[in-house]
Amino acid sequence: MLSHPINWLPAESKACMNLLLFSLFREKKRRRVVELTEKMVVDGGSRDGGEWDGRWNHINTFLERPGPFTHPDFEPSTESLQFLLDTCKILVIGAGGLGCELLKDLALSGFRHIHVVDMDTIDVSNLNRQFLFRLKDVGRPKADIAADFINGRIPGCNVVPHFKKIQDFDESFYRQFHIIVCGLDSIIARRWMNGMLLSLLVYEDGVLDPSSIIPLIDGGTEGFKGNARVIFPGMTACIDCTLELYPPQINFPMCTIASMPRLPEHCVEYVRMLLWPKEKPFGDGVGLDADDPEHIQWVYQKSQERAAEFSITGVTYRLTQGVVKRIIPAVASTNAVIAAACATEVFKIASSAYIPLNNYMVFNDVDGLYTYTFEAERKENCSSCSQVPQDLHFSPSAKLQEVVDYLTENASLQMKSPAITATLEGKNKTLYLQTVASIEQRTRPNLSKSLKELGLLDGQELAVADVTTPQTLLFKLSFTS
Amino acid sequence: TMAFTKASKDQKYDRQLRLWGDHGQEELENAHVCLINSTASGTEILKNLVLPGIGAFTIVDGHKVSGEDVGNNFFLSNNSIGRSPEKLLDNDPEFFHRFTLVIGVQLPESTCLRLGSVLWNANIPFLVCRTYGLVGYMRLVVKEHTVIESHPDNALEDLRLDQPFAELKNHIQSYDLEGMGKKDHSHTPWIIIVAKYLEKWFSTFYKKEAFKQLIRQGILKSEKGTPEDEENFEEAIKNVNTALNPTKISSGVDDIFNGEQCNDITSQTPTFWVMTRAVREFVHNDGGGNLPVRGSIPDMIADSEKFITLQNIYREKAMQDASVVSKHVESLLQSVGKVCETLFCSKNAAFLRVVRCRSLAEEYSVETVNKDAITSCMDSADGEMVLYLMLRSVDRFYQQHSRYPGVYNYQVEEDISKLKLCVNSLLQEYSLNVNVKDDYIHEFCRYGASEPHTVASFLGGSAAQEAIKIITRQFVPFNNTFIYNAMSQTTATFQL
Repeated sequence: MLSHPINWLPAESKACMNLLLFSLFREKKRRRVVELTEKMVVDGGSRDGGEWDGRWNHINTFLERPGPFTHPDFEPSTESLQFLLDTCKILVIGAGGLGCELLKDLALSGFRHIHVVDMDTIDVSNLNRQFLFRLKDVGRPKADIAADFINGRIPGCNVVPHFKKIQDFDESFYRQFHIIVCGLDSIIARRWMNGMLLSLLVYEDGVLDPSSIIPLIDGGTEGFKGNARVIFPGMTACIDCTLELYPPQINFPMCTIASMPRLPEHCVEYVRMLLWPKEKPFGDGVGLDADDPEHIQWVYQKSQERAAEFSITGVTYRLTQGVVKRIIPAVASTNAVIAAACATEVFKIASSAYIPLNNYMVFNDVDGLYTYTFEAERKENCSSCSQVPQDLHFSPSAKLQEVVDYLTENASLQMKSPAITATLEGKNKTLYLQTVASIEQRTRPNLSKSLKELGLLDGQELAVADVTTPQTLLFKLSFTS
Repeated sequence: TMAFTKASKDQKYDRQLRLWGDHGQEELENAHVCLINSTASGTEILKNLVLPGIGAFTIVDGHKVSGEDVGNNFFLSNNSIGRSPEKLLDNDPEFFHRFTLVIGVQLPESTCLRLGSVLWNANIPFLVCRTYGLVGYMRLVVKEHTVIESHPDNALEDLRLDQPFAELKNHIQSYDLEGMGKKDHSHTPWIIIVAKYLEKWFSTFYKKEAFKQLIRQGILKSEKGTPEDEENFEEAIKNVNTALNPTKISSGVDDIFNGEQCNDITSQTPTFWVMTRAVREFVHNDGGGNLPVRGSIPDMIADSEKFITLQNIYREKAMQDASVVSKHVESLLQSVGKVCETLFCSKNAAFLRVVRCRSLAEEYSVETVNKDAITSCMDSADGEMVLYLMLRSVDRFYQQHSRYPGVYNYQVEEDISKLKLCVNSLLQEYSLNVNVKDDYIHEFCRYGASEPHTVASFLGGSAAQEAIKIITRQFVPFNNTFIYNAMSQTTATFQL
């Protein structure tokens, strides 16, 4: 990460959070404002690398002219554009509905060094909104095709694709970017990114080194609803500070699915969860592939039979597919709006032209167009960003299973499959781990043992790993009587 | 083959079909939209209409592409030459009559008003859009837009617990909570539970908390006297608040019933008004003052049989009511010599919406300008209304100087005072006793009428969805002025 000094006022003042600025030109000589009184046509000029006249006019307005609403530390300069074009490095996570829009928006806002990460391949159902892809691209990696399209359409732009999961990269990869912007469809992935950027923060004598902060712009959409938020890790509310804004996904109770279906969805879940493993319709060990039309067709037919048994109407192929694939409806327009808002924030931060969004905008255009902009607050004891050690209060006779349940069910933690280790008799011992079958089998008996039986002591540190965070979280075990 | 095309279209459009259905998609594919000016904002709007499958589009644009255009526009890499909207208005205004909707982007005020007048008289919806620096603006101009499928978020259920219809009453009667076995007791739908307890509670002015306590006492107890785990009872208690809302027609729907078009049915009357009149007839003659029963109930803890039986009670009543409404529709249409083509469906009766926008002429005329809205919104001097006034002012500037302020660097300073004169003359002409801060005048000079891509893209998404609402007649369009402030990431809607 390039070191660049940051101007910021004492943290006591909340208003000062708004004034965080990446002052990008300290080291260079500053041009004097008097330059702007020269009679000069606003034009992109012929700078390095095959530009054409006027290319960046729409952007230079905001980089070269002073104004009453700019960031207090903004200095108009003809060099700002060069920073965007030549130096500023942006990472886009996701090349789907939001990602395609983001890449276009950034490329047309002067950003040329862009990396994009996406682990998915293109599907026909993407084509109603992911406009960098065509029918012939179906099956190919999204990141690759998106990068090709942008690089071909926007001369000088260099998008580097990565057909990978975000978890395939470590700090050394993420550290190189000035700003990271996410267009993800998964809360787990968001939390992981959040955790990664928090892990990059450097504290010296308890004071946060501003140059270790990489701003995270996060966008999300669902049908006609969306949101855009700006996160300065370590300074503003992080993803986990506001985890309650994402209610946990509701799954139907098992007894409903198994014996008391009422809705067509219950019938589909019955077939997916209970009938398929029993009947193995496509062979032993062949799991349900939600993208295989033959599999869906089988589920659809069996769901219809189940529904008929209980006089339930409404099972259609579309409904079946929606339930199995957990489909969320999506349109081009919402993605365009949210991505644009995010890209505007990237531009503001990179150029320090305006004070960034502080810090959360919600959008809904079901009835007219509605937005609500507010400042999400940091949680004092956030498990990810507060540096406050998290306590676990349990009786010594409580079973380990109860601890696991707490980690998954607690609204502020919402872990998916926590792996717990502790130091016992000087050795690091795995108490329970779910994600590796052999270890799961070996440690499963521990779940029904009490904490005392497992040899855990009051005040003991438990290290918990989970997909929701790249870093291990430390908890302190506090025995209740 | 046709079948292949339909199947692959279903696949491609799957994610949006789940929002507006096959019938909405058909409307979209039968529409022909006119886009005026393919600037960055214009092409972004178009992209967001082409992607979901708009049937046809025509671009009217008299400008030549400049280097600046290729810099902010994703779709330009060669010249586009065409007729200008002004020439069309001069020579062939009826050119615009063929369109489902006209979208005007970055139009000068005079063109906008001329076009607005032509389209208003021809009853063609007109969506005005502009990106000006960090400000986005939309204005919808449509005389009357009716919506049957408004798809409201969070609508209240229509359970009729305060006035159960005969079939529901009988069904409730068939339950004997005290005499039931434990399994049945724990799997009785909460609607039945609340209904049963309502029978015990004769007063019309019940305190909800006391009523909830009464229900709680109905939970089975174990031998030791501790309450059993009866989730259905917990559901009943939780739902008391909303379940006891009196059944009534919303004021919005009432207003629609009282509309002129509802009274005079002729052979020209649009389907919406015939349907609405028929519903009104139902309300007065058959429904005892109530709308046709909606027919849906939420999911709840219950065994399959009890739930499905209860659900069917509501569904059948809804179908009965719908057929009565349909008979009214038939007789209304017969009385004006027409045949009924569409079936009526009860589920939308409570959610009918009508959007009527004032014309541009009304907005701009000194006699009919909405002074109140402008003045009261300007109480927050840094809200979005000042941006509206600034857009009107730069239009004035353009009229006087044949250019926008601050396009070139050297103009920024000297245009500030010129723009200020325009602001003052605007406020004076409309007798608006408000104060526009100098900062905004400076800022709008600074913008130099630029069209940064990200602001154009935000507008592109917003405008396209409003266009889709007009075309599909689903969801509710805004009324009638929308402002986006990219500096603060805030928006506002005004009715001007």
